Amino acid sequence: MTLRDLINKLLGRETASANTARERLQLVLAHDRVDMSSLTTDLLDKMRKEILDVVAKYVEIDFEEVAVSLETEDRMTALVANLPIKRTVSGEIKFKNNNEKNDKDIKK
Amino acid sequence: MSKNTRTILICSGKGGVGKTTLTANLGIALANSGATTAVLDADFGLRNLDLLLGLENRIIYTAQDVLDKNCRLDQALVRHKKEPNLALLPAGDPRMLDWMKPEDMKKISDMLSEKFDFVLVDCPAGVEDGFKNALAACKEAIVVTNPELSAVRDADRVIGILNTSDIEPIQLVINRVRPNMMASQEMLSIDDVQGILSLPLLGIVLEDEQVIISTNRGEPLTLTDGRSPAKKCYLNVSQRLTGTDVPIIDPKNEGKSLKDKFMRLMQTKVF
Repeated sequence: MTLRDLINKLLGRETASANTARERLQLVLAHDRVDMSSLTTDLLDKMRKEILDVVAKYVEIDFEEVAVSLETEDRMTALVANLPIKRTVSGEIKFKNNNEKNDKDIKK
Repeated sequence: MSKNTRTILICSGKGGVGKTTLTANLGIALANSGATTAVLDADFGLRNLDLLLGLENRIIYTAQDVLDKNCRLDQALVRHKKEPNLALLPAGDPRMLDWMKPEDMKKISDMLSEKFDFVLVDCPAGVEDGFKNALAACKEAIVVTNPELSAVRDADRVIGILNTSDIEPIQLVINRVRPNMMASQEMLSIDDVQGILSLPLLGIVLEDEQVIISTNRGEPLTLTDGRSPAKKCYLNVSQRLTGTDVPIIDPKNEGKSLKDKFMRLMQTKVF
């Protein structure tokens, strides 16, 4: 964070537009680059559904919070899926967690 | 081919980012450094390179006449009076687009390669046939972009196509850089653009009113005596292209006013 960002944050102002530009660009390029390798939006939707079907066999997913997107770094595009788990099919209730899926000890 | 000619595609995807201006200025700068240089206008639909070089009234034959064997290559080449090392091969009729094939373009660039050290090919905007024809004529590429969303996006598509060809190296020039806007983070930074496109940076060109003035006159900045920010940048790009080890101009050091210094302070990382 730069001095400028800090001041903006303290004053509750919008961040500089270069950040917005960078984020929008990265998103649109991720889609463009996938388009070029002939992975169309249709295919991506299909893939998203199939991934969810497979995962749903084993754990109950919070469908409201599911996010499947493409992220790009150094011209490499990655499929990033965030699938929050409500509980396992066997009935073990767990915390809704986004990142730490091994967190089995915590029970509601 | 008798010589180790460097044939360089100057492309951008998006129109209006400064391909033709870079071609003209780089052409003059290379010629001035002693290398015989040809600039080829491959933008048959909307040719402009002749205007920027101030050669529009001296065109008799075009690339089309050379291909049709209406004239010899020598007759079609327009030599610059003030910079005799530089010659322009003008673009033909827009109707050439209908029948032109990559092989035709290759034929022209092979002919030019026998006579010149550098051949700069000013590519048309877009990623269609005109671009693909120009691509076939070249061994290296310079991708020109601006620090703007649409220009970077289009550059990315062009790089995607270049990456599937034999073109090597592919280098980046970021044009129309505004140091003040970058300092206040209201413009994508050099690092942002370079990081997103992942190309080696050949140079940057600062935004400069002198570019418009020199275009009005038909005299590229690199041909004029005066000092201007963009001229300094074009010369820097030319030196780096010929292998002289000079650092890239850093926009952070370009603003000298108190406001610029303050803006730099604001960029300090606090945590």
